[in-house]
Amino acid sequence: MRPGKMIMEVLKSVFKKPATNLYPAEKLEMPQGFRGKLVFYPEKCIGCKLCMKDCPSGAITINKVGDKKFEAVIDLSKCIYCAQCVDSCPKKALEATRDVELAQLDKNKLTVTFGDNTKDDAKKVDA
Amino acid sequence: MHNSDKFKIPMGPQHPALKEPESFVVSLHGEKITNVDIWLGYNHRGIEKACEERTYVQDMYLIERVCGICSHSHSTCFVQAVEEVAGLEVPKRALYIRTLIGELERIHSHLLWLGVAGHEIGFDTLLMYTWRDREVVMDLFSLLTGNRVNYGINTIGGVRRDITKEQVEEVLKGMDILEERTKYYIEVATQETTVIKRLSKVGVLNYEDSLKFDAVGPTARASGVKRDVRHDDPYAAYGEMDFNVITDTHSDVYGRTVVRVLELMESYKIVRQCLKNMPDGPITVKAPRRIPAGEAISRYEAPRGEDVHYVKSNGTERPDRVKVRAPTLANIQAVKHMLKDRYLADMPIVVAAIDPCFSCTDRSVAVERPGENKEIMTWEALSDYGVEWHRARGLDFGDLNNKLKKRLEGK
Amino acid sequence: MGSALFSILIFPGFLFVSVFGLIAEFIDRKLYARMQNRVGPPWFQTFADFVKLLGKEDIVPSAANRRMFTWAPLFALASVVTVYLYIPLWKAESLFAFNGDIIMVLYLLTVPTLAFFIGGWYSTSLFSRIGSVRAVTQLFAYEVPLFMSILAAALLADTWSLADIVIFYSAHPVYTLFNLAGFAIAVVALLGKLEKVPFDIPEAETEIVAGAFTEYSGRRLAILRLTIDIEMVVGSSLLVAVFFPFGFVLGPVLGFTVFMIETVAVIALLSLLRTVVARLRIDQMIDFCWKILVPLALFQLLLNLILKGVLAR
Repeated sequence: MRPGKMIMEVLKSVFKKPATNLYPAEKLEMPQGFRGKLVFYPEKCIGCKLCMKDCPSGAITINKVGDKKFEAVIDLSKCIYCAQCVDSCPKKALEATRDVELAQLDKNKLTVTFGDNTKDDAKKVDA
Repeated sequence: MHNSDKFKIPMGPQHPALKEPESFVVSLHGEKITNVDIWLGYNHRGIEKACEERTYVQDMYLIERVCGICSHSHSTCFVQAVEEVAGLEVPKRALYIRTLIGELERIHSHLLWLGVAGHEIGFDTLLMYTWRDREVVMDLFSLLTGNRVNYGINTIGGVRRDITKEQVEEVLKGMDILEERTKYYIEVATQETTVIKRLSKVGVLNYEDSLKFDAVGPTARASGVKRDVRHDDPYAAYGEMDFNVITDTHSDVYGRTVVRVLELMESYKIVRQCLKNMPDGPITVKAPRRIPAGEAISRYEAPRGEDVHYVKSNGTERPDRVKVRAPTLANIQAVKHMLKDRYLADMPIVVAAIDPCFSCTDRSVAVERPGENKEIMTWEALSDYGVEWHRARGLDFGDLNNKLKKRLEGK
Repeated sequence: MGSALFSILIFPGFLFVSVFGLIAEFIDRKLYARMQNRVGPPWFQTFADFVKLLGKEDIVPSAANRRMFTWAPLFALASVVTVYLYIPLWKAESLFAFNGDIIMVLYLLTVPTLAFFIGGWYSTSLFSRIGSVRAVTQLFAYEVPLFMSILAAALLADTWSLADIVIFYSAHPVYTLFNLAGFAIAVVALLGKLEKVPFDIPEAETEIVAGAFTEYSGRRLAILRLTIDIEMVVGSSLLVAVFFPFGFVLGPVLGFTVFMIETVAVIALLSLLRTVVARLRIDQMIDFCWKILVPLALFQLLLNLILKGVLAR
C-alpha cells in the first residue's frame, strides 16, 4: 500500500516532450488507405448507379449529362466515409483519398460535383 | 433537510459524471443513498426500425454506429447472424482478421475504461496516461482499417481489407509497447492507496446476486461467475485460440478493475497468436443481395459483456426485423442493488464500473407482467393513434404539414 | 495615511497579491499538465480567464437570497487579502505586525471556508447545499492538525508574534529540522483548506457538479476564483514564513526574492501532491485526519515542548 505510486513517472514526464500533437501548427499525415474525401473519375463511369443503391446515407447522386457521360454529385455533409461505393463500383470509378480537412463555413461548398472538367484539389491516393 | 427522506438529487440526464444521458434520481439521507430510480431511453434513435427500411449492405454501417466504442462488436454480431441465415461459409483468413480487430477493440475499450474510472474518482493523471497509450491502438486502427472509430471492416461474407506484412510488424510493435505500459497500470491499480480505498467494498455484487440479476461481462466475472461467450460458444476464430477466462472473487469495483486489466494482458496474447497463425486464402465469399427467408440469433463477447443480435429475413433485400440486446441493459438492473446503503460519493464510480454504454442500451423493450393484456398494434394503427393523441391536445400536424408545403412551394 | 493606502491597495495588498495569485494558478496548472505529459496553458491563460468571467452574464437563482449570495464572495476575498498584509515579505516585521498576529491570521484563514458555506447554502440548489455542508464537515477535519502544527513551531520560538518567530528561526536555523513533521502535516492539511485532490470533496466535479460554486457565474464567480488563487498564495506564504524564513538576514531585496522562490516551491509541492493521488470520500478523509494527522501533530507538539525545556537550560 503506497500513496503516490505514480510519483516517479510523473516527475520524469516534466522533462519529456509532451505527448500532444500540436495541430494545426504541425499537420498530421494520415496513413495509406485512410478513408477520407471521395474522388470520382467520370471517364470510367458506366451509369449503373450501384454506388447510389449501396450508399447508407444517400450522399452520392449520378446524373446523366450526355451520351455515355455521367457526373457525380457528392454531399460531403451526408457522406459517412465508409467507402462502400468504392467497393461496389464495378469499374473502379470512385476512390477514397486521404483528405480529411473538410470543414467549411459556406454550406454550399459541401456539395461537390465531379463532372468532365472539374478541378478538384483533393490529395490523390499514391498510385 | 437532511432528516427527511424526500431529498432527491437528479444525477442526469445532464451530469458531469455521466458520459451519456440517463436519469438516476437518487434519494439521500445525509450522505447515504436510500433509493435510486433509473429512467432509461434518452438515447433512443429508432435504429431497429431504420434497419427495416434499408438493405443489408446499408444496415451493416447503420448497426456499426449503434456505439462508438464497441462498433466492431455490433457489426460482426449482425453480419454473423446474416451469414447464418444465408448459409454462407466465411473463409478462415476473414475470421482471423475479424478476431484481430475484435481484440484490438477490446484493448482500446478497456484502456478507455481505466481512464474513465480514474476520472470518476478524481484521479485525472490516470486518465491522461491511459488515453495517451490508447492512441497507439487508434493509430493501428487507422492503419489497418482506414478509420479510427467505426472501422467498417466487415462485409457480408468476409472482410473488406487484407493485412500486409508491414502492418503485421506495426501491430506487433504496438503490442510490445502496450504490454509494458499495462504492467505499470496493474501496479498502480493494485498498490496506490487512495485508489484501493475508493474502489474496495464499493458496488458489491456477490455470486448469487450476480446470477439473479443476470449480469454479463466483466461485471459478472468479477463476482466469480465464469461466463464468457468466446469460451462457451466460440465464434470467429476463437475456437482455435488459447486464452484464459479471467475471473476474480472480490465482487466489487476493485475486482472489476482487476478483471479488465488482466483481460488486457490476455488480449495481447490472443493478438500475437492471431498474427502468427493467420492462414492464407481469400478474404471474402460472394454474398447474394437477396437473403433467403429465415431467422438467426448470434452472440458476441463485446468488451462490456454479451451482445445478442436477432435477424429475421423474408427473402428480399431488406431485413424483416433486427433486434439488438446490448450488454449494458443486462448490467444496469444490478446498479440499484449495488447502490443500496452506500454513500453519494460512490455513485459515479459504481455506475462507471459496469462500463455503461447507453447508446447501445436504448432499444425498446416490451414488458408484459402476468395478468396484463397488452395490445399489439400495426404500424398504421400506431400512426393513427399518434395523430389522434396529439389532436386531443390541440396539436394538429395536418395543418402544420400544409403550411410547410406552402412555404416550400412559395420559395 | 498615504503609504498605508498604498500598502493595502497596491503592494503588498490587493493588486500585488491578485496578480501573484493568478500567476500562481498558472504555475500550478502548467506543472500539473506537464506532469501528465501534456502541454498546459500559455502564460496569459489565467488572466484571460479572469477577464472573460468579468464580462459574462451574472445570474442569480430566483430562490436564492440575493444579498448573502453576493456578499459571501466579497467577505472571502477581503479576508484573504487582509491576511497577506500580516505576512513578513522582505523583513521580519510585516507592515501591521503586532503581538498575537499569528492567531489572527489563522482565524482569518477560516473565514473563506465559512463564506463558501454561506454562499453555497443560500444558493438553495441541491448540489450547492451538499457541497457547502461537505465544506464545513471537511473544516472540522483539517483545521485541528493545521493549527497544531503551526502552533507547535510557534511554541518552540516561545512567542505568538509572527515577526518574533521569523527572527528566532533566522537566528537558529537548525531548529527547523525539528519542525519537519509539522511542515509535512501542514502541507497535507493545507491541501484540505484549498480543496485540492485528495481533499477536493466539497467541489467534486463528478459527483456534485461544482459543489458550493454551482450557481455562481460572471463577476461573482470571478471573485470566487480569485479568492481561491489568493488563498493558495497566502497559505504557502504562511508556511514559508513559519517554517523556512531564511532569506531575511540578507537584506530586503534579496530576502524578498528568496521568499518568493520559496513560496513558488511550496506551490509546486502542492501541485505534485495533487497529481499523484485520487480523491477520498468524506468519511475516509475524516478518518485519515483524526487517526493519522492529529496523533502526528500531537507528537510534534510534545517534541517541541520537550525541546523547549531542554533549550531553556
